[in-house]
Amino acid sequence: MDMNTEESIDAAVGLAIHTDALNLWYGDFQALYDVNLDIKKGRVTSLIGPSGCGKSTFLRSINRINERLGYVRIEGAIDVFGNNIYAPEVELVQVRKQVGMVFQRPNPLPASIRENILFGHKLHNRERKYSRDDEDEIVEESLRQVLLWDKVKDNLRRKATGLSLEEQQKLCIARLLPVKPSVLLMDEPCSALDPKGTAAVEELIWELRGKYSILIVTHNMAQARRASEECIFMLMGKVIEHTNTADMFVTPQHQETADYIEGRYG
Amino acid sequence: MSQAARQRSGNLPDINQRNADWYIDKLVQYLVFLSGISAIVLIVGIFVFVTIEGLGFLFEDFSFREFFLSPWWEPTDEDEPTYGILALMAGTASVTGLAMLVAIPFSLGSAIYVAEFASGKKREFLKVLIELLAAIPSVVWGFIGLSIMNPLIIDLFDVPVGLNILNAGIILGLMAAPIMTSISEDALKAVPDRYREAAEALGGTRWQVIYKTVLPAAKNGLLGGVLLGVGRGFGETMAVLMATGHAINIPGSVFDSVRALTATIAAELGETAVGSPHYQALFTIGIFLFSITFVINLSADLIVRGIRKS
Repeated sequence: MDMNTEESIDAAVGLAIHTDALNLWYGDFQALYDVNLDIKKGRVTSLIGPSGCGKSTFLRSINRINERLGYVRIEGAIDVFGNNIYAPEVELVQVRKQVGMVFQRPNPLPASIRENILFGHKLHNRERKYSRDDEDEIVEESLRQVLLWDKVKDNLRRKATGLSLEEQQKLCIARLLPVKPSVLLMDEPCSALDPKGTAAVEELIWELRGKYSILIVTHNMAQARRASEECIFMLMGKVIEHTNTADMFVTPQHQETADYIEGRYG
Repeated sequence: MSQAARQRSGNLPDINQRNADWYIDKLVQYLVFLSGISAIVLIVGIFVFVTIEGLGFLFEDFSFREFFLSPWWEPTDEDEPTYGILALMAGTASVTGLAMLVAIPFSLGSAIYVAEFASGKKREFLKVLIELLAAIPSVVWGFIGLSIMNPLIIDLFDVPVGLNILNAGIILGLMAAPIMTSISEDALKAVPDRYREAAEALGGTRWQVIYKTVLPAAKNGLLGGVLLGVGRGFGETMAVLMATGHAINIPGSVFDSVRALTATIAAELGETAVGSPHYQALFTIGIFLFSITFVINLSADLIVRGIRKS
């Protein structure tokens, strides 16, 4: 099938996400202008830019969660591992299975820690019945990956909403893992956390690099510098610059980028 | 006061002077306070009144066994009047039970539609319509039961009488549905949107999001709504009086006529001598009804309040 050949080409190039002339409107307001981006597989890419520059909008269109609003219109294409997720025959559920998302404010469901971890897993694995032991294993493995297992292993039945914000955010990352996504989107994942929590979550993001392609929106330039390999600078709905993080912060190619990095606006 | 002091104070306002504004302010404070506590005063007053009126019976002719366990409500029997409300309780309970079977799916369904699916104008329009539905007088519902449902049930099920549990249950269910819808919709709206977003981002379909996330999160409010509906069912009088057939009977099927506790009071109180045992027995039923609806409504209120706080 030609889908397979497309996939193998992309695997060779190593692209996780490719966008083609992506334009997006909220009602009459255009939020994204001709966004053309190639985001590499297995890397941490950060999106920076002043408030309202479209970085969150871009992120939220990669798992199509933007469409909840109802008044969003999109032109162009986003390929995730070679498949255009805006093609008319695409199943939204499959898109969300492949592209996991972590939100700005930790949003564990009002259920136990265990149920939170198994929520996505149960939605996507309905043809096979999993035993309790299988499920326990999934819970343990996911929590271990986010370095939360030792802390919560004795209270898996506790309400997830009772955890600290840092733990909640780690849990929100952990519950994506059993679904086996290939891309993780993170929308300012540390903005609700204190410095210690921020450091812990950044460390975790760094750990997950390679296994997942991670796209992280941040308003914190120091964080982009610390926790990402590539960096995209956006301004007024347009992509201004996309390079290695190290290059971006040392030798920005555009005046706007330099001004933003130096804190002249934003 | 010295000359100098008087001169000085001539330019300053007298700080001890009370003008009309001060008195109006005090008056309004007292009025508002009185209106505020009037609800408490009234509810205590009603309870005291009903209790005093029923008290004579409670102390003289009342037998716990007979009152709650005898199916014979024969207060006008000249030789040996009996005051058993078992059949009346069965009537009220069966009608309310059926009403809930009708109202819960209806109200839950429409609450889910209004809160989760409808948007903008459609949503506002539906909400107004539901409020309007709640405002239909119960005698109108009773009339519908009497003149529309009655022949319909006789035709459809080939039974001799159409005034029965089925009729009253459906009527009462439709009556209770709007308030239950309203409360349930509030409960669903109170579920933070980030739960829906989270579940949707994890790949839940719309129905999975509602079924697995929104409904569990709103379950207390939904329970409160159902309880309020039950309270409504217990307390409803006119429609039930008109649609049940008003026959003292322990029902064996939904096609049996029954009589409700409330309907008994409404129908008989006007024809009894004030202060007679029959009169007092009716008030004892009143105490019983009052206590039940009070407990039901209070728990519903506490449950609903509980979710608002958390």
